[in-house]
Amino acid sequence: MNYPVVKGAAYALVQANSMLLHQGSTQITERLKNEQSEHLKALPEHLRSFEDAVCYPPNQAYIGNITPDQLKEIPHPWYENPIAGASRDGKYGEIMPEDEFFGLMKMVDSFDLVVLEESFQAAVKEKLQSHPILKDIKEITKLDSTAHSADEIQKLVAEHNAQPLYFAGKLVGCVKKAHEFDEALSSEVMLGNLANKASAVLVLKQLLAKTGLNPEQVDYIIECSEEACGDMNQRGGGNFAKAIGEICGCINATGSDTRSFCAGPAHALVEAAALVQSGIYSNVVVLGGGCTAKLGMNSRDHVKKGMPALEDMLGAFAVHIGENDGVNPVIRTDAIGRHKIGSGASPQAVMTAIVTDPLDKIGYKITDIDRYAPELQNPEITEPAGAGNVPMANFKMISALAVKRGDIQKADLMKAVDSFGMPGFAPTQGHIPSGVPFIGHARDMILEGKIERAMIIGKGSLFLGRLTNLFDGVSMIMEKNSGVVATDTGFDQEQLRKMIAEAMREFAKSFRE
Amino acid sequence: MDLENQARIKDLYDKYGNEELIVVLGGAEPEASGLAAETVATGDPTFAGPLSGVSLGLKAYHIFELKDEIPADVYEEQVGMMEMVLDVDEIVNEVKTYRK
Repeated sequence: MNYPVVKGAAYALVQANSMLLHQGSTQITERLKNEQSEHLKALPEHLRSFEDAVCYPPNQAYIGNITPDQLKEIPHPWYENPIAGASRDGKYGEIMPEDEFFGLMKMVDSFDLVVLEESFQAAVKEKLQSHPILKDIKEITKLDSTAHSADEIQKLVAEHNAQPLYFAGKLVGCVKKAHEFDEALSSEVMLGNLANKASAVLVLKQLLAKTGLNPEQVDYIIECSEEACGDMNQRGGGNFAKAIGEICGCINATGSDTRSFCAGPAHALVEAAALVQSGIYSNVVVLGGGCTAKLGMNSRDHVKKGMPALEDMLGAFAVHIGENDGVNPVIRTDAIGRHKIGSGASPQAVMTAIVTDPLDKIGYKITDIDRYAPELQNPEITEPAGAGNVPMANFKMISALAVKRGDIQKADLMKAVDSFGMPGFAPTQGHIPSGVPFIGHARDMILEGKIERAMIIGKGSLFLGRLTNLFDGVSMIMEKNSGVVATDTGFDQEQLRKMIAEAMREFAKSFRE
Repeated sequence: MDLENQARIKDLYDKYGNEELIVVLGGAEPEASGLAAETVATGDPTFAGPLSGVSLGLKAYHIFELKDEIPADVYEEQVGMMEMVLDVDEIVNEVKTYRK
């Protein structure tokens, strides 16, 4: 069987302090209740500089400059142990400051909703013109014209419900609403969707640049963030995927959006693998941009505990799934884990469905997987908010299942966690932490012969949408490529062997009768 | 504690009072479990939800405390793995604090 392979992965982060303050849902709610709240007053003091965000160890792990194993060696709190001299450019992508990002938002905005102040626009244009991979986007010309004065922007914000964009304490732009009455096209929604689109464009450009994939070779794009794009008559109409591909020159691609809360990326990867293995498409890109609403989601707790507001990063990722090349790690499409509607909701039922059921299908034990990548939220963000160390809880659950199945002794529970686990290093951006941040590292580790296989696990809280109490989860195994590429002879040799054996058995049986 | 859950508990309290009603928690963290127990007993300490400043006086128990009330096979199937993974004593102690 020719499994599809993971040909490359790219990751990007955008520091977004202005959007944290003004468009993060926690701050929006706080402002609605009490504009003079203590939290809103204290929060600006807790914002980090761009340099601090770049040197923050988990962010360096996210863009591939250090491995999760190296991150494990850095003592907590990580925000007090920065990596000196760290670069915004990473092996898998980059970390972008907010001013450049506002410029990028304007570049990808097809309906002139992003308005920038004249001198600010000129300054970011200069920066983006020297950006190694964004300078060739033809829409960069949008930064040549339609700049506004500071007064005009102030008026749009004050009188027309535009969303303000601040940089270095100054109002430098805004995002206008796209319809007078339609809430699905409000300025708040449009800002979220444009930020999502822009960060996805950034990461897709990174994927193309880092892997050498020609945009014209991309056949299909699956976008799997948690935003909804549409209007009042079809609020989730779509299509982010094509909008993103359009900017990146993927002229031969089509695409669509896949949703399942934080499990979206795992579903999208399975769909991509299926499309490639079936031969429908040769090159599929799975990607997701960042979520502005989640910026500073737990900042109340971070402020209370005297920490920096660490949820200042928009996260984005892109993965290229292609046909078997005999080199890159394969996706074991014969061992996809899924939480079924009838699986049950207890943690045990969920983990059995996602982790052990697929292993049983191909005769593997829990210990045959070298690394598990479940929800990889950075614990430094979640622990102060009372949500615990999410990846650690998942590793312990997998280990406990291994004990229950007799794969390991109970005394070795934590030893197993140490061997197949890793520290969480992803920003709390919903779909972003769910397994996918490890794909780039896993691919490298498999190619370098450090590990044989890894399991990528996506989990989603569907009950948040108030349509069902169900949970969700999907997993897939990445495995070292055997190096054998089956030639397309029109039939499956294994299948043929089975058919001949079956026929001979029948023949022998007829003699006995 | 989730704002929607606060509203649901308040509705149940309005209907049944606090004599015949307990809250069963399934939280994985001592702090979050304690916070939930506090919220239904004396009110939302974060002043974010419908139970802000509302003292329902409801008793909360973590599912770990109710092990003896549940058929062993059901408990094992539903909670067994998590019992192996979580800090049971710490969670239970934290939740108990708010029943005093």
